[in-house]
Amino acid sequence: MAAPAMVTAASIAAAVRAGTTKAADLVEQHLAAIAAREPEIHAFNLVLADEARAHAARIDALAAEGNDPGPLAGVTVALKDNMCTRGIPTTCSSKILAGWKPPYDATVVRTLQDAGAIVVGKTNLDEFAMGSSTENSAFGPTRNPHDISRVPGGSSGGSAAAVAAGFSHFSLGSDTGGSIRQPAALCGVVGVKPTYGYVSRYGLVAFASSLDQIGPFANSVEDAALVLDVIGGHDPHDSTSIPQPHPSLVGAIQQGVEGLRIGRIADLPAGADPDVQARLDLAFETLQAAGATIVDVEVPAFSFGLTAYYLIAPAEASSNLARYDGVRYGLRVEAADTDSMYGATRTAGFGDEVKRRIMLGTYALSAGYYDAYYGKALKVRRLIHDDFERAYQQADVLLTPTSPSVAFKFGAKGDNPFAMYLCDTYTIPTNLAGHPGMSVPFGTGAEGLPVGVQVLAGTLQEPTMFRVAAALERSMK
Amino acid sequence: MSDRITAADVAKVARLARLDLSTQEIERMTAQLDGMLEHFADVDALDLADVAPMTQPFPLVNVFRADVVRPGLDRDEVLAAAPAAQDGRFRVPPTGGVEG
Repeated sequence: MAAPAMVTAASIAAAVRAGTTKAADLVEQHLAAIAAREPEIHAFNLVLADEARAHAARIDALAAEGNDPGPLAGVTVALKDNMCTRGIPTTCSSKILAGWKPPYDATVVRTLQDAGAIVVGKTNLDEFAMGSSTENSAFGPTRNPHDISRVPGGSSGGSAAAVAAGFSHFSLGSDTGGSIRQPAALCGVVGVKPTYGYVSRYGLVAFASSLDQIGPFANSVEDAALVLDVIGGHDPHDSTSIPQPHPSLVGAIQQGVEGLRIGRIADLPAGADPDVQARLDLAFETLQAAGATIVDVEVPAFSFGLTAYYLIAPAEASSNLARYDGVRYGLRVEAADTDSMYGATRTAGFGDEVKRRIMLGTYALSAGYYDAYYGKALKVRRLIHDDFERAYQQADVLLTPTSPSVAFKFGAKGDNPFAMYLCDTYTIPTNLAGHPGMSVPFGTGAEGLPVGVQVLAGTLQEPTMFRVAAALERSMK
Repeated sequence: MSDRITAADVAKVARLARLDLSTQEIERMTAQLDGMLEHFADVDALDLADVAPMTQPFPLVNVFRADVVRPGLDRDEVLAAAPAAQDGRFRVPPTGGVEG
């Protein structure tokens, strides 16, 4: 596979700002990498070669005129195809949105482009971000760049594969139950789910609104920090975005981990493969050797996360996806009256997994079952949140596996939906709590495939989380 | 098959969700949803009487913006993305009169 460029996004942007590197050349390098390997990887739903070249020319012109093209000048980015791009198709890898061109840009798209980042394409995902392998895409799966017989993880599999294959310097994904961290682990790149509300979601197509969050995939902890420093912050268009500035994460990662308390969850649900567990054990030893203290904590409700999530997320999804009715955008299957048209459109437009979750969510919210299922799941969510808060009184961060296994083969989870859901055992509770989490590559496991270690922290404790991730990364060099 | 969820329940939910499922799909979906709800037995065993539900990671407060006129989305651009439009509006098939 193409070795990721061992230069940081910051140094690339500095060279483009100084005029010593041309954004146009960077774009051509990435388009060449895409031309060479995209046919076997299928990271993209759409490659934006003309748009990327035009944007690069504008950035090079700005630099030549002595103007500043921004802190991400010439740095290339791939966007998960559930983020709106004005006039450019945004599909969510669903037939129901095939060909739809949004009338506005997501805030993250605007912010990145204003900072000089160049969008090279829209990446593949499990339909509406529902899945853990990208096998649920209506446009065919993405393949893992480390072994094309295996999945890249999901749902942001295209974004993870794009960075791992060297198609772009970094990418954006969305994480509702692990959809950034799990594919990052399986593809051997850094992936961050920030605190709920850290990054604007205006223009992110909604899946489960109390859980969804945008975050980066990158080749290094530093690159991920830089991207979050650019896209983090309040947005008047997203009332759930936190109305306060965030401290610089690039500034935080230079500090070591001496004196930090690293929590080991004593009652973590079993299920991690031995090769993954061995890497986690080594991560604890590594941080201890770097001056951190290891403490045992308990998060008793952690093990109920999966069950609570698979009522809460489908319930929210069933409501959010009610908007796809063939009236205002996307697919319409014509019928004699509106009601028949709704059913015909939705039945033809949604794939099996999306239908399954809409059904489960509608059931959980329906009269007679609301208290028994959805109401109880919300109470379990409270338990999970409170258990984490207690754990963070004793530990600054928690360390877990990101994924129970390395990348698995296509079709390995068969027709049993719950087998696929188990992929997110270790990532889901964080979304329910609203806390940040990130996956950092930490060596290899079975078959020489990448293993990720997950670093979790309390609300807005990203600086500490990044310090720990950076220490693990440094130990691998 | 347990009595957690029946094919009749699933058919009703499909109607609520505006999904036209075949008899075969309803049977398959009934088995799958039953399998997923089975996992909920663990949660049912918890004593949650004194636990307050959590709907959002942060307490929600009402948010007002300044009461000033701002441009909205461009109407023609929005309608261009619609399956059918006419006279500056979304065009749909006839409504009503079909439901029993």
